Amino acid sequence: MATAQTRMAARFMMAPSVIALLIWMIVPLSMTIWFSFQWYTAFRAPEFTGFDNYAYFFANPNIWTVFLNTLILVGGVLAITLVGGTLLALLLDQPIFGQGLVRLLVIAPFFVMPTVSALVWKNMLMHPVNGLFAWIAKVLGFSPVDWFAQVPLFSVIIIVAWQWLPFATLILLTALQSLDEEQREAAGMDGAGPIALFFYIILPHMSRALTVVMLIQTIFLLSVFAEIFVTTNGGPGVATTNLPFLIYLQAQFQYDFGLASAGGIVAVILANIVAIFLLRVVGKNLEA
Amino acid sequence: MARAVSTRRKLAFTALAWIVALVVFFPILWAFLTSFKTEGTAIAAPPKFLFFEWTLENYRTVLERSNYFRFLGNSIITAVGSTLLGLVVAIPAAWAMAFSPTRRTKDVLMWMLSTKMLPAVGVLVPITMLFRMMGLTDTHLGLVLVLTLINLPIIVWMLFTYFKEIPVDILEAARMDGASLRQEVIYVLTPMAIPGIASTLLLNIILAWNESFWTIVLTTTQATPLPAFIAAYSSPEGLFWAKLSAASMMAIAPILIMGWFSQKQLVRGLTFGAVK
Amino acid sequence: MGSITLEHVNKSFGGVEVIPDISLEIADGEFIVFVGPSGCGKSTLLRLIAGLEDVTSGRILIDGEDVSRAAPAQRKLSMVFQSYALYPHMSVRGNIAFPLKMEKAPREKIDQAVNNAAAILNLTDYLDRKPRQLSGGQRQRVAIGRAIVRQPKAFLFDEPLSNLDAALRVAMRLEISELHNKLKTTMVYVTHDQVEAMTMADKIVVLNAGRVEQFGSPLELYQRPANTFVAGFIGSPRMNFIDGAEAARHGAHTIGVRPEHLVVTPEGGDWSGVVKVSEHLGSDTFLHVDVDGIGALTARAPGDVPFRHGETVGLSPMNGRLYRFDAQGLAL
Repeated sequence: MATAQTRMAARFMMAPSVIALLIWMIVPLSMTIWFSFQWYTAFRAPEFTGFDNYAYFFANPNIWTVFLNTLILVGGVLAITLVGGTLLALLLDQPIFGQGLVRLLVIAPFFVMPTVSALVWKNMLMHPVNGLFAWIAKVLGFSPVDWFAQVPLFSVIIIVAWQWLPFATLILLTALQSLDEEQREAAGMDGAGPIALFFYIILPHMSRALTVVMLIQTIFLLSVFAEIFVTTNGGPGVATTNLPFLIYLQAQFQYDFGLASAGGIVAVILANIVAIFLLRVVGKNLEA
Repeated sequence: MARAVSTRRKLAFTALAWIVALVVFFPILWAFLTSFKTEGTAIAAPPKFLFFEWTLENYRTVLERSNYFRFLGNSIITAVGSTLLGLVVAIPAAWAMAFSPTRRTKDVLMWMLSTKMLPAVGVLVPITMLFRMMGLTDTHLGLVLVLTLINLPIIVWMLFTYFKEIPVDILEAARMDGASLRQEVIYVLTPMAIPGIASTLLLNIILAWNESFWTIVLTTTQATPLPAFIAAYSSPEGLFWAKLSAASMMAIAPILIMGWFSQKQLVRGLTFGAVK
Repeated sequence: MGSITLEHVNKSFGGVEVIPDISLEIADGEFIVFVGPSGCGKSTLLRLIAGLEDVTSGRILIDGEDVSRAAPAQRKLSMVFQSYALYPHMSVRGNIAFPLKMEKAPREKIDQAVNNAAAILNLTDYLDRKPRQLSGGQRQRVAIGRAIVRQPKAFLFDEPLSNLDAALRVAMRLEISELHNKLKTTMVYVTHDQVEAMTMADKIVVLNAGRVEQFGSPLELYQRPANTFVAGFIGSPRMNFIDGAEAARHGAHTIGVRPEHLVVTPEGGDWSGVVKVSEHLGSDTFLHVDVDGIGALTARAPGDVPFRHGETVGLSPMNGRLYRFDAQGLAL
């Protein structure tokens, strides 16, 4: 359906969204790029310095730790949520009593705002003296772990994974439920046991959903911020500083806008690499 | 046909699923219980699970001492405001993409999605700077604008996938019946798409409500919504777990309830229609 | 009034010509059927008239007025869609009233028109139901009701009966014909079913690959098909075509004879062959006969003919009922 009139109307109707997003993307991003080539702090006027900010950004002795933290955070959370989410989805797909209620309980963490979940975990569960985990350790005869001092990054990973586990579960469960029952029965007739069924029928069927979950989570996990802000503030040292948090510190506390902008551009490039893959998967779906 | 299952197997899986579900839900449950304890009971060892003196004291204290209602009001204004603004802008765009597609429609959609992937820190410096210049820092308007822009791609996408399922015949029928484009969208498309629009609305209120980065960075006192209010509890002086729990419960309860209602549509919205 | 004129109408989609060049005159009050195989452009042609698509070039006139660039709403036509396209969120009353509401007609006029339409279409008891609570035939009638309240210049039907079962289709066919007799409004009706075309039309437009193969009354098309396409498309079962030596004997490239114009005899006849299958319909018997040197022919014989599988029969075309075509398929 298309007449010149509807096409014209369509263009007008799309314009506000397109223009708004175009401005949102182009103006700040080009400003960031421009700042990234300036020597520019809160205390002096901008002055062109070429690639100095980038050089300075990478010369930071902690920069590789920060990159590594970022990757470990993303990788750790992905591993936990993908494996855990698959197992949970398989479990929730079984006929059980009170399925709806169980589902509600499992997806609840996704709706908890990051600052709340980080504080609950930090204080009430992982606190080395009064936390529930400390008490459990004592009951079992271990000495309590001081989570944020001894395994800070791991602690952050656990909190973030807890928030994203419901997302993975929900999407994988949806994919699982779209598996044709007859296919399952046919495989059963062909003599496939539960293990073979999982690896030859279920897993291939879920592969797309797994990819989508992985890519979308990666986008969000690359910019984990509030959880770190609330629990460790990046420390101890830089043990839990990831790329967004480093840039946040450089911009808000060192007032080095040029440096922070250079870091921002690095983050944009990193995110784009993931985004290309995600867009390809989603785009394929658009054609179908 | 449903799989035939023995009751024993079903009971075993039920037990396992409930245990796992309770473990996953436990932090929320624990905060919920703690919010009804006195500060002393909250840190008691061994911890008290159910048998303690339940009190509403913490809720009262939080409501009295903090400007809880102002933060709540800020959250409602910014979350609902940005979602409604987003819908007003996105409904026509989604109409155009779903019902008058061109060769470039797909590219435009993909491009919109790609803006969502721009990491916030990539534009942190200019946004804070522009906000200061335009006096938008710590204002509802500023926060509404940013929340609208970061969620607009998701709104357009969700609406697009819902609109795609509406038979184009019906819109053409309206056109034949003498409806103008505006009437077509208002009297025919929108009422038919109410379920889709409602779930888009819910998901975006949730996302906006929980958005933490920009709310922490762009607000200080006046327009601060709940995530930033809660973050202020992280300050190390003293341990007020019971009050923290009460405040947390009040911050997440509305969204938890909305989330539970919209869970069916969430999947589609969160995966941009790639998983249905 | 509702005459529709197409002048050299052309429609291309992204460089693909769907309709190369069609000119057509539809007089006021006529019942016109566009018929043709799927993909022949009949629906596109209807949508061009409706204004749901733009003509690429050429003009469309309604009552002599050029509406080529006018929006659908301005053309004052009504359309009944294949899917009915009822508004699912409105009651039957709301659906039928919608076009009048768009015209901002006064309330009393709307009520009166809706009740009137409902009475004509036997929908009075269903006015407060939602479309999903109705049967297929009822939905179809609501769609028609929505079309008639506006008192349009012409009705456009896009394969309106193809989603109904066979019995209902016959009943609705009659209803639409009666409606046309009552309203005397121009109707343009698209279908792929030549039976619908033959039974309902004043005039039929046979379309193939975006071209008009023939335009005429049903009997004209049946009796004097312009080419092999029309000859094969109109009539059921299909006309038998014979090429080669047998055709050359009649001075043509191809000859055609309809099954009902073949006389079946136990022996003799112009052609003799073996019965492969005989289909007994009760009223008629369709004999599928394999004739040496010619191929398979279908003959329509009375219901009580005794011929069975494997028997030899003779076939002869009736006098003057043999069609001759040249190498281009045009009638001679």
